[in-house]
Amino acid sequence: MTRISVKVDGTAYEDEVEPRLLLVHYLRDRLGLTGTPVGCDTTNCGACMVDLDGKSVKSCSVLAVQADGGEVTTIQGLASADGEWHPLQRAFHEQHALQCGFCTPGMIMAARDLLRENPDPTPEEVREGLEGNLCRCTGYMNIVRAVLAAAAEERRHQAPEPGAVAEHAEPSTAGSGAPV
Amino acid sequence: MIPASFEYARPRTVEEAVGQLALAGEEAKVLAGGQSLLPILRMRLAFPELLVDVGRIPGLRGVRTDGDTLVIGALTSHHDVVHDPLVRRHAGLLAAATATVADPAVRHRGTIGGSLAHADPAGDVPAAVLALDAELVVQGPDGRRSVPAREFFTDYLQTALRPDELLVEVRVPKADAWGFHYEKFQLSAQAWAVVGVAALVRRDDGRIVESRVGLSNMGPTPVRATACEEALAGADAAPDAVASAADSAAEGTRPASDLSASAEYREHLARVLTRRAVLAAADLT
Amino acid sequence: MTDQLTGREPEVGRARVRKEDARLVTGRTNWTDNITVPGLLHIAILRSPMAHARIERIDVTPALERPGVVAAYTGRDLAEGLGSLPCAWPVTEDIVLPEHPPVAVDEVRHTGDPVAVVVARDRYAAADALEAIDVDYEPLPPVLNMEAALAEGSPLVHADKGTNRCYTWPLATGEDYATVRERADVVLRRRFVQQRLIPNAMEPRAVVAVPPDTSDQYTLYSATQIPHIVRVMMAVVTGIPEHRLRVVAPDVGGGFGSKLQVYGEEAIGLAVARKLGRPVKWTESRSEGYLATHHGRDQIQDLELAATRDGRLLGLKVDLLADMGAYLMIVTPGVPLLGAFMFPGIYKMDAYDFTCTGVFTTKTPTDAYRGAGRPEATFAIERMMDELAAELGMDSVEVRRRNWIGHDEFPYTTIGGLTYDSGNYESATDKALALFGYDDLRSEQRKREERGDPVRLGIGVSTYTEMCGLAPSRILRDLRYGAGGWEAASIRMLPTGKVEVLTGTSPHGQGHVTSWSQIAADVLGVPFEDVEVLHGDTRTVPQGMDTYGSRSLVVGGVAVHRAARKVVDKARKVAAHLLEASEDDLDFADGVFSVKGSPDAHKTIQEVAFATFTSHDLPDGLEPTINAEHVEDPEAFSYPHGTHLCAVEVDTETGRVRIRSYVCVDDVGKVVNPMIVEGQVHGGLAQGIAQALFEEAVYDEEGNLVSGTMADYLVPCAADLPDFLTDRTETPATTNPLGVKGVGEAGTIASTPAVVNAVVDALRPLGVTDVRMPCTPERIWRALRDARSARPEEGSS
Ligand SMILES: Cc1cc2nc3c(=O)[nH]c(=O)nc-3n(C[C@H](O)[C@H](O)[C@H](O)COP(=O)(O)OP(=O)(O)OC[C@H]3O[C@@H](n4cnc5c(N)ncnc54)[C@H](O)[C@@H]3O)c2cc1C
Ligand code: FES
Ligand code: FES
Repeated sequence: MTRISVKVDGTAYEDEVEPRLLLVHYLRDRLGLTGTPVGCDTTNCGACMVDLDGKSVKSCSVLAVQADGGEVTTIQGLASADGEWHPLQRAFHEQHALQCGFCTPGMIMAARDLLRENPDPTPEEVREGLEGNLCRCTGYMNIVRAVLAAAAEERRHQAPEPGAVAEHAEPSTAGSGAPV
Repeated sequence: MIPASFEYARPRTVEEAVGQLALAGEEAKVLAGGQSLLPILRMRLAFPELLVDVGRIPGLRGVRTDGDTLVIGALTSHHDVVHDPLVRRHAGLLAAATATVADPAVRHRGTIGGSLAHADPAGDVPAAVLALDAELVVQGPDGRRSVPAREFFTDYLQTALRPDELLVEVRVPKADAWGFHYEKFQLSAQAWAVVGVAALVRRDDGRIVESRVGLSNMGPTPVRATACEEALAGADAAPDAVASAADSAAEGTRPASDLSASAEYREHLARVLTRRAVLAAADLT
Repeated sequence: MTDQLTGREPEVGRARVRKEDARLVTGRTNWTDNITVPGLLHIAILRSPMAHARIERIDVTPALERPGVVAAYTGRDLAEGLGSLPCAWPVTEDIVLPEHPPVAVDEVRHTGDPVAVVVARDRYAAADALEAIDVDYEPLPPVLNMEAALAEGSPLVHADKGTNRCYTWPLATGEDYATVRERADVVLRRRFVQQRLIPNAMEPRAVVAVPPDTSDQYTLYSATQIPHIVRVMMAVVTGIPEHRLRVVAPDVGGGFGSKLQVYGEEAIGLAVARKLGRPVKWTESRSEGYLATHHGRDQIQDLELAATRDGRLLGLKVDLLADMGAYLMIVTPGVPLLGAFMFPGIYKMDAYDFTCTGVFTTKTPTDAYRGAGRPEATFAIERMMDELAAELGMDSVEVRRRNWIGHDEFPYTTIGGLTYDSGNYESATDKALALFGYDDLRSEQRKREERGDPVRLGIGVSTYTEMCGLAPSRILRDLRYGAGGWEAASIRMLPTGKVEVLTGTSPHGQGHVTSWSQIAADVLGVPFEDVEVLHGDTRTVPQGMDTYGSRSLVVGGVAVHRAARKVVDKARKVAAHLLEASEDDLDFADGVFSVKGSPDAHKTIQEVAFATFTSHDLPDGLEPTINAEHVEDPEAFSYPHGTHLCAVEVDTETGRVRIRSYVCVDDVGKVVNPMIVEGQVHGGLAQGIAQALFEEAVYDEEGNLVSGTMADYLVPCAADLPDFLTDRTETPATTNPLGVKGVGEAGTIASTPAVVNAVVDALRPLGVTDVRMPCTPERIWRALRDARSARPEEGSS
C-alpha cells in the first residue's frame, strides 16, 4: 500500500492504495466519482479522460500513485460552483453532440484541452484533436459543431487582447530546418 | 482489465533509480509515462515485481542545447517535444514525427525515452531518432555511456539498455540545414504506422548532397534505408531521380506480415512513401 | 406551423434540445457499472483460450485460496438451476437448436466461451483469482469456414447434431426464376462477402444482480436494450418466478443490437446471487466483450441478376450462407431473414428466388447489429445495380430510375411480398443529386481519368429502402418468431397537473424522453416541460417489448400518441360533467376543454386531472381516473427510404480511400424532432462507412480472434470520418396516425453500398470490378495489381 494525497474537483483526499490501482478505479470505486467511465482496456477510447495537473490524460492509463500530489479535474468538476455549466457542456447539449452520453465526459475533457491550446481551431483541427476519443453514436459531426460553437462562445467572452495571437500551431510534417 | 500486483518505488535521483534496478534485476521495470507499459500490464502480458517510477526525477525533463547538439531529457513528454522551440528549430523531423504519435492525451504522458526504450518498430519516434543520427545516453551502476541510435535497437522490443540502466538523454546533432519530412501511413487515425518514413535531405541547389531515411515498421527494429540513401547522394534534386532512388527503399528490410498489412505491401509502401517523404524534404513537391 | 386558434406551436416537428442531456454532460450518470449495493461482490469469468476443445479437467479450488475470493464455480457447479440460453426465433420446423449453457460444461465452442466463474471482494481480487484456475483442454478441430463446414466430413461444432447446417430457409415469389432468366439479355453473377463485425457500443456490458433482501424481489440491473424481454427469459432460464424478478436497464451506453440479447452473464449473476445470497457485479472489459458480446453480419452472398439490354430488371436470385457462430442466441437465425424480403429493394422485377442457409462455426455467436439483415440485402442489390449499369454502359442513377417504383404507384406490393405504403424515390434522388453536384463530380472524374491522375475519383449511389418498425405480430407468427411486436405506453395524469409517460421502449441514446414528451405534450396540450418519461424498469413499466429494429417511434411513439388520445377521451367525459355540457359540445384545444359558443366555460386538462384525484364530483359509475394505456400492434412495417451519394478519392499508388463528400436525402416520413433524426442519421452513416472501409473481426486458422482489442479492430474516430450533408424529403407513412417511419438504422443500411460503389467506380476504368469489405488500402492495391496483370497490354506499373 502506498499513501497518496490528491485533490479531485477541488476536494483534497488522502488514501492508502495498492500501487497497481488505476486512477480511473480510484476515482470510481474509492471516491465514488462515477462520472468518468471506462470504455476499453487498450487506452484507445478516451471515455476515461480527466485533467491531471492541467493536461488531459486517460485515467485508465495512469496509476493512482502517479497522481500523488496532483490535482485532478473530472467532468463532475467542470461546472462552476453555482452550478453553471462549462461552455462545452452547454454546446454539447445545444448541438446534440451526445446520444447515449457514454463518450461525453471524455469528449468534453479532450475538447477542453484542445481549446486551451488552440482557442480558434478549424474543423479539421478539432477532428484531429479528438483522435484519442471514440464515439459510436454520433458520427462525430455534431461533436465537431459543438466544439466549434463552444470555442466561438469562449472567444466572445474573453475580451480579445489587442495583438494577442494564439500560439498553437502543430508543426507541419515537413519543412526546412533553417532558422526562420 | 487489471494489472497484477507489483511493488512501487519512486526514486529521487538517477543513482537511486539505478540502484533499485540493479537490486531487483530482471524483475523490475522502469515506469516513465506508462503509455506503453500500463496497457501491457493491464492486459497481463508482463508481470514485473517492481515498478521504478522515474517520472519525478529532476533534471530528466526538458530540452537544451550543447554546442551543435540538442539535448533532450528522456522524461520529456511527447507533447513538450512537439511544442519545444529548440526542437522545432534544430530537429524539426523529431517534432513532426512525435506529433503523429497516438493522441494528445497519450502525448501528454508518454515520453521520448519511453518510446525509445520500448523500441516498438512501429513507433514514430525511433525512426526519426535513427534518421537524425542521435546518440542515446544511458546511465547504469557504473556511470554513463553513450549509444549511437544505430546500435540502440537490437531486436523486436529489444534495446542495448541493460536491466539496470536508465535512458537519461537523447543527444541530437542539430539538423538546421536539412529539409525534413515524416510520412506516416495508418489504417485509421488511431492506428500505429503500417509504415513510416522519416526523411532528412540536405540540398545544394540542384543536387541532393546527402539524405538520411529512417523507416518504421519495416522489420523487427526501426531501420535506415541505406541503399536509397546511397542512391540519393549526389543525385539530381528532381522527381525522377528521387523516384528511382526510392525504388530501393525496401532493400534489406524484413517487414512482418500481420493484421494490418502483408510484408509485400509494406515493401511497396516503403518505396512510395520514401519517394513522397524525400520529395517533400527536398522541397520538390 | 402554429395552431391557428391558440398560437401554440406544435411540439412535433420542433428541434427540441434533449431532456436527457443534463445528467449526461455533467457526469451524473447511472451506468450499470456505477451501481453499488451494500455487500456487493465482484464476478470475473474465465474464458476459453481455444476455439474448440473438450474440458478434460477443471479445478477452481486454487482460486478459493486467493485473498478476497468468496466463491468459484465451474460450469457443472452452475448447471443445476440454470437452463440453456434461449433462442426465440426457430426459423424453420427442422432447425437445429443446440444446447447453450451459460458456462460450458464439457466442451467449449469458441474462444471466449465461459468455463469458470470466480466471486471476490473487489474487481482486482476477482481478476487475480482467474490466474489460479486449472483447466486441461483436449483440443478439437475448429470450424471456421462456412463452405468447408457444410462439406461432407467436416468436423462438427455440435457433434450430437450430426451437422453444421442450422437451417435452410427458401422463398420464391413471382414468376419462376429459371424461366425468367431465359428471357434475359444479361445475367450478372457476383459473390459479395459481408465481413464479421463487432458492434462496439461504447459502454461495455455490465450486470448487477441483487438477491431478495430489503425487497422480496431479485433485481437485475443490466446494460441491456431489452429489460422486458430479459425478465421473461431470465425467469425461464433461472427458474426465478417472473413476478419476483425485476429487471432494470439504467443508463445504457449504446447498443446497436449488441445489447438486444439475453446473455449468459445475466443468468450467471442471478445464479450466483441466489447461491450466495449476496449482490454481485460483473463488468466486461473491452477485449473480453470482443469475445463474449455477440458479433454482427458475416454472410457470403451469391447473387444472380437477370435484366434486359435496356436495363430493366427481370429477376434476382440470392443464395446466402449466414454464420451463426457457435450457438443460437436470442434472434441469431432470424437476422439474415430480416433481409430476405428486402433484396429487391425499391425495384420492380418479375421473379425473386431466395435461399438462406445458417451455418455453425466455432466463433462468437452472431446476432443483430444495427440494420440486422437489411444492410446485407441493401448492399447486395445496390452493388448489383451499379454492376448492371457498368455492364450496360449506363449511368448508375439512370439504371435505378428505370426500375424503381414510381411515386404514383404507392401503395405497391413488391416482388418480395411486402406492401410499401408510401415513398417518393424521384424526389429524394433529385434533391440529393442537386446537393451533391453530381454532374460536376462526374466531369471531374472524367478529367482525372483522362490525365491518368494517380488519385481517382469515384461516385457511389445507393437508393435504398428498408423494412423496420418491428413488427406486426401476425407477421412475426408467420416467421415463427417467439413473441409479438407490439409496444405499450401508459399515461399518468398527476394531481398537480404534471404528466408521467411510461413507455415500454428502452432508449439508450435515442432520446425517447424528449420525443415522447413532444408527442404527449401535443395531444394533451400540456407544456413539454411538464412531461416526464419513465422507462427501462420492469417495476415502473411492467409491459414492454423494448428498443431495436427502428421500432421505438413507429410502434412505441405511436402507442404514446394513442394512449394520450385515450386520456383526452376520458377527460372529456369528466370535463363535460364539470362544465354541465354534453361531450359533443366540448372543444378541446391546447389542453383546454371549452363549451362551444361560450368560451368562458372551460376546464384545463390539469383541472380535470385534479378533479379525478379528489373524485368529489364525478358522475355515477365513472372510474375516477383519466389515466390511460395503449398497446400498439402495428398494422404494417415501416419503409423509410432515401438516396445516398458518396464521392471518394482513391490514391491508386497506396490504395488509400478518402471520402471527399457524402450527401444523403432520407425520407423518414413525418419527423418528431429533426435534431434527433439528424443525429440518428449521422451515427448510422458512421457505422455504415466503418463497415465499408475500416472494420473486420478477423480469426486466424486456429480460431483466435486476431482483431481482439480496440487497438486492432479499427473503430473510426473523428479524424477518420467526413462531414455529412444531410437533408430530407417528407412522405408521410400511411400506416400510423403520426405519419412517421423508423430512422435508427437507415444511415447504416444505406451508406455501406454507397461507399463501396464509389470505391469500385473510381477503379473500374483500371479494370477493378469489386473490392471486398473493408476496402483497406492493401485490398485496393492488390485489386489494382490483379487487374493490371489480367490486362497486361495496359501496363507496366
Ligand atoms: C493508444 C496508443 C497509441 C499509440 N500510438 C503510437 C504511435 O502511433 N506511435 C508511437 O510511436 N507510439 C505510440 N504509442 C506509444 C507511445 O508512444 C508511448 O508513449 C511510448 O511508447 C512509451 O513512452 P512512456 O514514457 O509512456 O513509456 P512507459 O510506458 O513508461 O515505458 C515503456 C517501456 O520503456 C521502458 N522505459 C521507459 N522509460 C525508460 C527510461 N528512461 N530508461 C529505461 N527504460 C525506460 C519501460 O520500462 C517500458 O518497458 C501509443 C500508445 C497508446 C496507448
Ligand atoms: S478507458 Fe481509458 S482510454 Fe478507454
Ligand atoms: S454518444 Fe454514445 S458513444 Fe458517444
